[in-house]
Amino acid sequence: MWYYEKKLQYPVRVRECNPRLAKFLIEQYGGADGELAAALRYLNQRYSIPDKVIGLLTDIGTEEFAHLEMIATMVYKLTKDATPEQMKEAGLGAHYVNHDNALFYENASGTPWTASYIQAKGDPIADIYEDIAAEEKARATYQWIINMSDDPELNDGLKYLREREVVHSQRFREAAEILKEERGKKVFF
Amino acid sequence: MNEPLTNAYYELLEEIQAVDFVLCELTLYLDTHPWDNEAVQQFNHHAHQSRQLKKQYEKQYGPLFQYGMSYSGYPWNWKEAPWPWQV
Repeated sequence: MWYYEKKLQYPVRVRECNPRLAKFLIEQYGGADGELAAALRYLNQRYSIPDKVIGLLTDIGTEEFAHLEMIATMVYKLTKDATPEQMKEAGLGAHYVNHDNALFYENASGTPWTASYIQAKGDPIADIYEDIAAEEKARATYQWIINMSDDPELNDGLKYLREREVVHSQRFREAAEILKEERGKKVFF
Repeated sequence: MNEPLTNAYYELLEEIQAVDFVLCELTLYLDTHPWDNEAVQQFNHHAHQSRQLKKQYEKQYGPLFQYGMSYSGYPWNWKEAPWPWQV
């Protein structure tokens, strides 16, 4: 069971309506290394992973939904007052035709989210290494978005999210060591 | 909520976000370091602090949780506080 809490994990502020930035940010909403992919990847892998790391996958997977809500808030605030003309100028003309100013799980170039972005191999080491890679890719993506952004208030939230990827990667690296130790302990007949 | 949000609202919300961030960090840390007694104590201390702050927030601005994790006023006041993307 999950509980929703009516607050953001970290404050999200944006300076002004800026659909061009929203177009880049969508990458972290419905892209391959985005927050939706992260949440669904970890929460799905946890059923078949050894007990010692189920807690970590559950907790990081849950935090990813909080990040998804932060990204959604950023995109919403950057586009809610945008006119169709502004959406078009920002490269979101096709998005507008399909969704008006609603959010959609797609990447920066408009490709819809797909489960083929994520994997569950059932092999604990394979799964946890995928998770480390996912965090590093998400960290890099946040950096590329920050490099493209001219909104210092938005960047504050993006830098927070970038740092969370660093922490998640660190915790997954520790989990990899725990898994290796566990594997060493197993008695084979 | 009908009244405009005051600075006090944002200050209390940020205080909750700060304490809950400590809890988030400690949660993930303890997931891989379950034997760190000092971290467990810090976790329980901040869990208590978080509950106190949320009690205060909910009294002023309405429920943070549903499904019985928060009490409701009358009439049903889930919509009382603004949604997170509206502030």
